[in-house]
Amino acid sequence: MGSIFSLQQILNGLQLGSIYALIALGYTLVYGIVRLINFAHGDFFMIGAYAAYGSFYMFNALVAGRSGTLAFLVLLAAMIGGASIAYLTNKFAYKPLRYKPKLSSLITAIGVSMFIEYFFSALPAIGPSYRSFPDILVRKEIRLGNAVISNLVIIDLAVAAILMVGLTLLVRKTTLGKAMRAVSQDKDAARLMGIDIEKVISFTFMVGGAFAGAAGLLAGMTYPRIFPYMGILPGLKAFIAAVLGGIGNIPGAMLGAYIMGIAETFASAYNSLIGEGIAFAILILVLLIRPRGLLAEKIADKI
Amino acid sequence: MKKVLFVMAPVVLVAASYAQDIKIGGIGPVTGEAATFGISTKNGMTMAVDEWNAKGGIFGGRKAKLIFEDDKGDPSEGAIVWNKLIQQDNVVAIVGTVMSKVSLVGAPISQAAGIPMISPTSTNEKVTLVGDYIFRACFIDPFQGTVGANFAFNDLKARSAAAIFDLGNDYTKGLAENFKKQFEKLGGKVVAFEGHPTGTTDFKAQLTKILQGKPDVIYIPDYYNDVGLIAKQARELGFKGPLVGGDGWDSPELVKIGGTAVENGFFTNHYSSEDKRAIVQAFVKKYKAKFGAEPDALAALGYDAMYIMLDAIKRAGSTKGAAIRDALKATDINVVSGRIKFDENRNPIKSAVIIEIKNGKQVYRTTVNP
Repeated sequence: MGSIFSLQQILNGLQLGSIYALIALGYTLVYGIVRLINFAHGDFFMIGAYAAYGSFYMFNALVAGRSGTLAFLVLLAAMIGGASIAYLTNKFAYKPLRYKPKLSSLITAIGVSMFIEYFFSALPAIGPSYRSFPDILVRKEIRLGNAVISNLVIIDLAVAAILMVGLTLLVRKTTLGKAMRAVSQDKDAARLMGIDIEKVISFTFMVGGAFAGAAGLLAGMTYPRIFPYMGILPGLKAFIAAVLGGIGNIPGAMLGAYIMGIAETFASAYNSLIGEGIAFAILILVLLIRPRGLLAEKIADKI
Repeated sequence: MKKVLFVMAPVVLVAASYAQDIKIGGIGPVTGEAATFGISTKNGMTMAVDEWNAKGGIFGGRKAKLIFEDDKGDPSEGAIVWNKLIQQDNVVAIVGTVMSKVSLVGAPISQAAGIPMISPTSTNEKVTLVGDYIFRACFIDPFQGTVGANFAFNDLKARSAAAIFDLGNDYTKGLAENFKKQFEKLGGKVVAFEGHPTGTTDFKAQLTKILQGKPDVIYIPDYYNDVGLIAKQARELGFKGPLVGGDGWDSPELVKIGGTAVENGFFTNHYSSEDKRAIVQAFVKKYKAKFGAEPDALAALGYDAMYIMLDAIKRAGSTKGAAIRDALKATDINVVSGRIKFDENRNPIKSAVIIEIKNGKQVYRTTVNP
């Protein structure tokens, strides 16, 4: 009998953490720029899963058996799906409230979240019932000592890693990234420097949405069941991961997400009921001991 | 005044003829996590009502009118529709619902109102213990868990087993506990007994722990949605042995979600469409013609439950709750899922079948008597 801290459990935790990480990044990016907790973010994740689901059946016949190409197209569709809903949400729900009290945006975020969930479950093409997510790739397993690594674990980890490296480069090395950082530090000064801040905010939402969309596809492949309310719990947990890492901080969100994934897996292996609650226990602990998160931003808070 | 009467007359006539219909409430989860269960059940109930009406009604030329409500597989939603049917629609009896956790909420409402209820498929023991107005058409959890353990031990020759079940669901917990009891009684070893939270999609932590005990067989008494996911993740973690479950597996969706992972899977069930009895074959033929699909056990039990209820109302010759209840108690009838008589706890005494998943199809394996 092994313990709950086996290699297999660490792998399970990393896999779950990768999905949380991709969602958590969106929370942190948006918070960093507009100081808004976008509670509809978990639903962008759901839209990504459905975009992947729909595009799979669209492209399946087209590429006939080349599952690599198919997986790439589906990933693209999921990211575009997530980005589009994020763009629309920002344009119609948050932009009109940009200079209104923070509370209005926060409540709107909750409203948008419910709207997306109920609207999509009312659409006949989506409906409120569970759908089984198709197998995009053939599953393969490799044995490694006591642990079994499936190709899905590798794909989840790799896609998350590639996207996270891409995001870091985007933020650190490009002009657009510089503009994002400028807007996050001081909106008024950024505007004076000639930065179109609405454009930057819109772009940030789309990047966050695209990441959530990608997470939706990975979750669909790993846990092949999707439904319109699938974003609520992962969304909450990813939000906690972002808070744990220090909201507004990109490496912090990734770190927080992997800690969450592994903690949840270990706790579930110990006792399932604890597993489900561990995220919230972590949140309470962080708020008590280190309210600004593990890797808190050093800039003074302006709120 | 005359004019008013003249206008009112057709309204009164319509109301009078409407009152002739005997209103029966039907409840099932047509949407949500057990949607295919609800749809099949509703189809079965509708078919039974149509058959009785085509024969000239229940008694005194009065026809049955089915008012069907969706409980979404959710206990709080169940309470709402239960109250609606009794208080607003004034139904004389209720046939429903599918999931034990919802029936456990509805049964006290029926009991308090004195409206007889028969659940087609709620297998949890506690449902009919709520009171003397509550009946069911299916066998109960101890029986399914026991049959599952006997099958795993005697037929599959398993000597060690593990169980994974939904902590928030009385049905799956009940089956798992009874499986464990019987398997250990036979001399087998239960190496792991793991619950999982309701609504989760990631079962890997629990499965990894289960597989560390190297079980010969895993007992998964969940509903098809979770079974598909659990089976896939168990195979992904390298488990190759047989999977055993209960009637919650009975859905065409199981193979869609689980794919090849649910091969080498077996479950206990109420009926098989391959059963050669004439009443079964007639039912299968009519159902196919009407709904264009093979009837699953949920359809058969929905049909049976409605049939038993209408038969009792006919024998009672009354729409009074107490009269229908007494007639239900005296039931002795041959229906699709077997010959039904009720024991002192209003549970039917009947047989079970074992179904195997082979090449994506459900294949009849054997019948087990109580």
